[in-house]
Amino acid sequence: MAVESSQLPPTLADDQSRRLLIKRVKGMVRSTLIHAGLIPAAFVFLLPFLWMLSTSLKPDVQFYSYPPVLIPSPLQWSNFPDAVTYITFFLYMRNTLSIAVLATVGVLISSSLVAYSLARIPWPGRNILFILTLATLMLPFQVTMIPLFIVFKNFGWVNSWLPLIVPHWFGGALYIFLLRQFFMTIPMELSEAARIDGASELKIYYSVLLPLSKPALATVAIFEFIARWRDYIGPLIYLSDQELYTLSLGIYEYQSQYGAEWGLLMAASVMITLPIILLFFFLQKTFVQGIALTGIKG
Amino acid sequence: MATALTTENLSRRRLSQGTRHTINGLLFASPWIVGLLAFWIYPTLASAYYSFTKYNGVRNPQWTGISNYVELFTNDSEFLDAVYNTVYFAVVSIPLAIIFAFGLALMLNAKIRAQVVYRTIYFLPTLVPEVALALVWLFIFTPHSGLIAAPFRAFGMRGPCWLTCAEWARPTLVLLALWIIGQQIILYLAGLQDVPQDLYDAADVDGANFLSKFRNVTVPILTPVIFFHLVTSVIGALNFFAIPYIMTGGTGFPANSTLFYSIYLYKNAFHYLVMGYASAMAWLLFVFTLVVTLLIWRSARLWVFYAGGEE
Repeated sequence: MAVESSQLPPTLADDQSRRLLIKRVKGMVRSTLIHAGLIPAAFVFLLPFLWMLSTSLKPDVQFYSYPPVLIPSPLQWSNFPDAVTYITFFLYMRNTLSIAVLATVGVLISSSLVAYSLARIPWPGRNILFILTLATLMLPFQVTMIPLFIVFKNFGWVNSWLPLIVPHWFGGALYIFLLRQFFMTIPMELSEAARIDGASELKIYYSVLLPLSKPALATVAIFEFIARWRDYIGPLIYLSDQELYTLSLGIYEYQSQYGAEWGLLMAASVMITLPIILLFFFLQKTFVQGIALTGIKG
Repeated sequence: MATALTTENLSRRRLSQGTRHTINGLLFASPWIVGLLAFWIYPTLASAYYSFTKYNGVRNPQWTGISNYVELFTNDSEFLDAVYNTVYFAVVSIPLAIIFAFGLALMLNAKIRAQVVYRTIYFLPTLVPEVALALVWLFIFTPHSGLIAAPFRAFGMRGPCWLTCAEWARPTLVLLALWIIGQQIILYLAGLQDVPQDLYDAADVDGANFLSKFRNVTVPILTPVIFFHLVTSVIGALNFFAIPYIMTGGTGFPANSTLFYSIYLYKNAFHYLVMGYASAMAWLLFVFTLVVTLLIWRSARLWVFYAGGEE
């Protein structure tokens, strides 16, 4: 370093540019090291999907071939059309979608109304209600599972979609919490002004709060939709007629006593997974903000 | 304030406004008040009652006192297996999840290219239906012929038996659960982005190296996130159900090593139809969850650092 600098005219600009260069090299080394950690991790996280996709395009004989084949040749595209006819794939997809959409609509309406009450209307019981709401988050679902099953059985709702939809129309604790936190950040003056103008609470909720809360509402909608799309134990407990099955239950039909149709199963898995991945890809920002919100202390 | 007349007017208006607020508040909250009573409070109390009865879900429950609880602890080795497996899973998987999620978030937080791509990839497994994920893993982890066996075969080894033998099934499930930490990574990342830069600048002035900055600035600031992760993952780990249930059909194969608490509870309730017995299990789980959560909460004052100085 000392030798080098004596050969060059010791101007201030030069010194500065060398320091910049060192900083740049340091930065490059650092980011190379970081990528060296992140890339293998990314590979591990992607592995199930890569293998799912790869298997979905393989003929039967290649499933367990050694060494493993990642890109099959020839590509067996017929696994996809075969997968949707081997089981009533589109029926199950329609069922899953119907339940997910109906539950999501219900949870959005009810949770936002309740959150409005907790965040924007000063009434005596609201803190107790809020604490009870948070307490339900600590309750394992097994505690309520059996009595709820009995109640729905007495209603004659077992083996229908109702137990998977109706409860969501009465609000979800996590979403009430999320929306309450969001509503609290909106200036109270907006509500006060509307009240002075004689607006009803319903009107304030509808035309002041909701338009300002689109990102939070979108977060709730996405979370609930994906939770219902993935749901396994709900359909497992309540649905027994094949025509009512969701994809989570229907996918078992690729397995028979003769073994699993892995190619078809993986093709179906790709088709179940793809819509959610696309959804995430386009709505990333909302997702990330939403998850960060759940971590904020109340 | 100005005259007696308007003050009186105001207070009368405020009173009626208070009542109006109460009515409106109750009306807006009414779906959840009903929901809370019907889907949370009533079932919780009902299952407490069922836990002291013999009940098959059809005939009326018969009071049997604490016999369900006694039976669980004295005469049910499957229950003890389920407790052991679940505690094992929680104790091993939670610290690992914290380390991995924190570590990956730290690397992601460096201003690097393709951050969004990495984040998306790490998040993917949390989006996929558990059925699809579990079945792919089952396929990959087929001993001796699945994808996982390939590196072992390359060296002429046989490799572990993964999900097909008792000593490997538990660690394998811990390993698989580590795939689903995308949400936690994002939480840590959000926390890291909130660390005030001037704290690092001050540490630089003091000549602190990377490690001491990490220990004395980054970790303390992130303790609330670790705390949140810990509390939620205890509940998550104790409820571990879908993935082992799908992989084994709930049989607990091999040798009950994948029989988790939730699976055994579900089987008691819906396969064996001993719903009183299953309710006793549910309440034990509830009390255990509460105790563990409270302990973590109490410990928070010892190690969780709040930047604001207050709770």
